[in-house]
Amino acid sequence: MKAETLISWLLRIGVGVSAALAVIGMIVIVFHHPTNVIGHRMTNVREVLDSIRAGHGQGIAMLGLLLLIATPVMRVAVSIGIFVRERDFTFVLITTTVLLLLLLSFVLGAAGG
Amino acid sequence: MTPLLLIAAIFAIAIIAGFLGSLLGLGGGIIVVPALTLLFGIDIRLAIGASIISVIATSSGAAAAYVKEHLANLRVAMFLEIGTTLGAISGAYIAGIVHTRLLFILFGLLLAYSALAMLKKRHEAHGAVYVSPIADRLGLHSSYYDEGLGQQIDYRVSRPITGLGLMYLAGAASGLLGIGSGALKVPAMDLAMRLPMKVSTATSNFMIGVTAAASAGLYFVRGQIDPVIAAPVAAGVLLGATVGSRFLGRIESRVIRVIFIIVLAVVSVEMFVKGVL
Repeated sequence: MKAETLISWLLRIGVGVSAALAVIGMIVIVFHHPTNVIGHRMTNVREVLDSIRAGHGQGIAMLGLLLLIATPVMRVAVSIGIFVRERDFTFVLITTTVLLLLLLSFVLGAAGG
Repeated sequence: MTPLLLIAAIFAIAIIAGFLGSLLGLGGGIIVVPALTLLFGIDIRLAIGASIISVIATSSGAAAAYVKEHLANLRVAMFLEIGTTLGAISGAYIAGIVHTRLLFILFGLLLAYSALAMLKKRHEAHGAVYVSPIADRLGLHSSYYDEGLGQQIDYRVSRPITGLGLMYLAGAASGLLGIGSGALKVPAMDLAMRLPMKVSTATSNFMIGVTAAASAGLYFVRGQIDPVIAAPVAAGVLLGATVGSRFLGRIESRVIRVIFIIVLAVVSVEMFVKGVL
């Protein structure tokens, strides 16, 4: 498959699935939780999964949002593979740097409190 | 407000923001953040968190189309993303430690800048193309098919390092205020790097998602992303932008432009006042 086509599909699927989860989450919130919906803090993946297990719409919507955040990250990861295949090692290095910076953003957020 | 009303109201505003944003070539964030803070009294940090999520949604959707049409220059994008992600991390980090008053003031300034930028029309930048050994070595030069001219256009990339520096600043603005900051990325590519206008716009859109993901990761870990606000904002802006892109070119946007410049100016003052008082 051509690199452009692959990236294009990855972006489409990522956005589509995450938007669907966000909408389902919104519907569940509206029908299940009558009051005080804001302030349901979730700051790591385990809290999100716990919220889904408890049947909260917030957790489902948050999973969609996390998937949306992950979509560009996956695009960068796929690009590394494409540059490896083209044996373009300068760009393998550049793309890997971008991926590491993206992963660093999660670590820094946790460290900064 | 009941959850149904709150979510429905945020969703409705986000649809309008996405629609206007795509018609006017702005991101939805610039409309969503003032609306959430001024109309609903939502914490500006949560509004910024919701906005960055909507930025990822719309830019990824648009990028999918641009990549397929070969308008976005993937190599230039990857190279410049080192600058934008570093900037975004710095900006998002600073946003978490400064007083929210400063965020209101900066947002007010951003709106004023956008209003001024909208007064001027964009023109193809004509000027010297600089020889760049770095751009040669990285193989950044490329070509695209121009539908208007009906031919393949070759172009060369100038001053990649200047571009990288400007992208750091654009990324910092994005991370600080939860916006896509395409308004800063596009001129950096047009003017400094001498990319054709269509290529700049497409490449900027392609990069915005990655830039925003860097900030969004930090915001998430910090608890700035509340699904009750961010989910309707993301879904609404995405829907509004999709509908808006269908109308693009079909309705006369000059009247909307003038009205919107006035609205931007008024909202700019309101945000500024909220930050100062």
